[in-house]
Amino acid sequence: MHVIIIGNGIAGITTATELRKRDKKIKITVISGESEYFYSRPALMYIYMRDMKLRDTQPYEKKFFKKQKINLVKDWVTSIDFEQKRLSLQGSSDLEYDYLVLALGSKANKFGWPGQDLPGVQGFVNLQELEELERRTENMNENNRVVVVGGGLIGVEVAEMMARRNIPCTFLVREETFWNVALGPGEGRMIQEEILEHGIDLRMQTNLKEIRPGENGEVAAIQTAETEEVIDCQVVVLAAGVSPNAELVKNTALEVDRGIKVDNQMKTNIEGVYACGDVAQQPPSTDGGRPVIEALWYTGKMHGPVVAENILGGQAVYDRGIWYNSAKFFEIDYHTYGLVGHNLPGEKEWYFRVPGERKSIRIIHRDNKVIGFNLLGIRYRDAVCRQWIEKEKSLDEVINNLHEANFDGEFYKKYETMFKEEYFKGQAS
Amino acid sequence: MMNHTEKGILSSTRNRGVTGWILAMVLIGFYVLLYWAPELDRVIVSQKVSQFDSEMKTLPAGSEEYKNLARQKSLTIRSIQHRYYVKGLEEKYKPLVNQYKDGFTLNSVITTMSQPLNPMARGFCSMRNVFRGQPKDCSKEKASRWLLYGFLYTLFVTVLGIRFMRKWKNNPYQRMRTVSVIGFQVLIAFILPELIAYGKGDKPFYLSYFWPLKPEYFFPSELKQMPTALALWATAMAFVAVPVLTYFFGKRWYCSWVCGCGALAETAGDDFRHLSSKSSLSWRIEQVSIHSVLVIIVVITALLFVASGSDKNGGFYQGMMEVKTWYMFFISMGFAGVIGTGFYPLAGSRVWCRFGCPQAAILGLIQVLFSRFRITTNGDQCMSCGNCSTYCEMGIDVRQYAMTGQDIVRASCVGCGMCASVCPRGVLKLETGPRSKKLG
Repeated sequence: MHVIIIGNGIAGITTATELRKRDKKIKITVISGESEYFYSRPALMYIYMRDMKLRDTQPYEKKFFKKQKINLVKDWVTSIDFEQKRLSLQGSSDLEYDYLVLALGSKANKFGWPGQDLPGVQGFVNLQELEELERRTENMNENNRVVVVGGGLIGVEVAEMMARRNIPCTFLVREETFWNVALGPGEGRMIQEEILEHGIDLRMQTNLKEIRPGENGEVAAIQTAETEEVIDCQVVVLAAGVSPNAELVKNTALEVDRGIKVDNQMKTNIEGVYACGDVAQQPPSTDGGRPVIEALWYTGKMHGPVVAENILGGQAVYDRGIWYNSAKFFEIDYHTYGLVGHNLPGEKEWYFRVPGERKSIRIIHRDNKVIGFNLLGIRYRDAVCRQWIEKEKSLDEVINNLHEANFDGEFYKKYETMFKEEYFKGQAS
Repeated sequence: MMNHTEKGILSSTRNRGVTGWILAMVLIGFYVLLYWAPELDRVIVSQKVSQFDSEMKTLPAGSEEYKNLARQKSLTIRSIQHRYYVKGLEEKYKPLVNQYKDGFTLNSVITTMSQPLNPMARGFCSMRNVFRGQPKDCSKEKASRWLLYGFLYTLFVTVLGIRFMRKWKNNPYQRMRTVSVIGFQVLIAFILPELIAYGKGDKPFYLSYFWPLKPEYFFPSELKQMPTALALWATAMAFVAVPVLTYFFGKRWYCSWVCGCGALAETAGDDFRHLSSKSSLSWRIEQVSIHSVLVIIVVITALLFVASGSDKNGGFYQGMMEVKTWYMFFISMGFAGVIGTGFYPLAGSRVWCRFGCPQAAILGLIQVLFSRFRITTNGDQCMSCGNCSTYCEMGIDVRQYAMTGQDIVRASCVGCGMCASVCPRGVLKLETGPRSKKLG
């Protein structure tokens, strides 16, 4: 039995290792055009900032794949014949499969801006884009400028990259406060302070209108929509979200909507063909919380065992469980657990920012049960927060036991007593 | 945060580039001179003398050239004798010897570097007089090579420690730990040892070093020379403080908060952390080498105790003195000193600590077997970026533990906390807690 996995990101590789854990005999091949070995995509920014080399971001030693008997093919798949169960590749000969796993990942969104295909305009999602950015910014100094479009996680990371290399950076964010899909206004404004303090030219409530070429046909400037200001720049990084990278399977028998459609067992409409990771589009959830496409490292990792189990004859159903995510905005840690920012009927929140610090806590609750946490600048234990949500603890009880959740290091100042005092003061008044 | 791959000289120094290798050669060269300059000079002289001999063979005996060469040969031998053995010389040779006395030798490099510290040596001598009530004439006191070494070592720890604290100003653990190592190095490993010096030759006594890292503090010959209080201190540290403190805090109480080797590694060595090999092969080699050194020193110590009861002119006793000398030469000087520090730019700041130090071996066994210390991981938040493993100076693949949600309990972990400090998702925490309970 031969399982071929296209894509060696977290979803593809976890599927491969989970298959091997369960079955020592089946043939497993992982194909990637992007990279020879699996690496941590969230670490791309650290390679650019020269904190690590590509090799440092590869979680497994090279001999791991040999030992696990996972064949690696470095090549691009050009087309898939679902009838014949056959793949055509760019540089090597065709491959046949019994089971196919599509772990094709994401690509940066383009929303039809004039000039969006000019040389010098790029996303920041894969190794090729990292190399491109390196090439274009290698010799940049204070006389250059990079424009980042889109105030989300990739955008703020690219801004950090530019700040570290002392390259002037203009950051266009169309929302009123930063990342308001997940952060409240107080939290968003705190992040904005942080971004500004690092010397970024942050423009809130500013849309991109167009990208203009220079004489050499490459990016030379952008124009904003609201004020029509023209800003000279040499590189534009599009960070306005990502979408499933399903180009390869468009116009085939595979059902593709925004992403490759799968059921709750990660199966596509074609027998023996699975999709997982960023590229998979799951059926809409009914519990009000789950997005249909999960473009996260953590969920990609969780898809793997489900696909592996089902290929080997199981009936595993994907269960996201309680949502969790984390990120970093310059120096500010971000942890989130549960349902935050879903605006569910009857939901309330308790928010408190530590005076004089960029640290805050936000607890979402509903019917006297805690359903979500946002932490900025303070680390909270995954297991503790998720357990509180699972056990439907009341807000009072959570606040009284907050210190159990603290995961900050020794000698760090702890704020749980302050939180407790503020909360109960607020209750009394 | 760490910027270890930036371009230019800094990058070259931190990444085994040309300047990195040059720095390694300079460090190794300095250590070799420090320890063995007189011996090297003797080797050079004996080669010169052999050269004279072979030249003289070609000349007719009794000729002027023959006599001149014979005189030069004699002077060469005597000048070394004069400098190192202070033997009586015939008056007629003295003026000629003086020509050689001020000539260049490797030892003179170290002596010249030490001279500016003569006032410091005199100061320590005076302070010792205050403590002892038996005044010694300090006016002729000269700085030894060990004072030079101690001074430079302490200077680098302090200056580069302050630099490190500024880099990590928002990290209370790193700041406190650095204050601790600087404090221990300056006070307990540099100033105090001079004041409580003991025995003939005023041997500095180090409260922060003990058996087996400083094995002589539990050798019968040395214990006899030490004042009782110091001997008791050294013994209590080795056999009581080590297990007790390691139980409560893990091996980090010593290796990254007190020990001088650690002090230099964490301050001057900060730029080289990422050079420690993370491979599973290195881990296997480390386990063999560090426990081998431990076994060797335990056996030597035991045999020295046995030998101390035997005939001092006998073969066994003499043999054990030889063995002791070779251990000090190869392990204490060669491994810990030359390789330990000289290899910073090549293999990171903890080569001795990881592959050789018998103290580390003992502390590590206690840490793994019954300490309350561990590094916990925050569930599933790890995204395998690799910052933790890259910056682990002991070559622990921290990422593997973090991405599988396992606590890190490793014999080599010195608790420097860098993994937790560089983790961009707050996944790691140094903690102490009950052994049985998984804290994360």
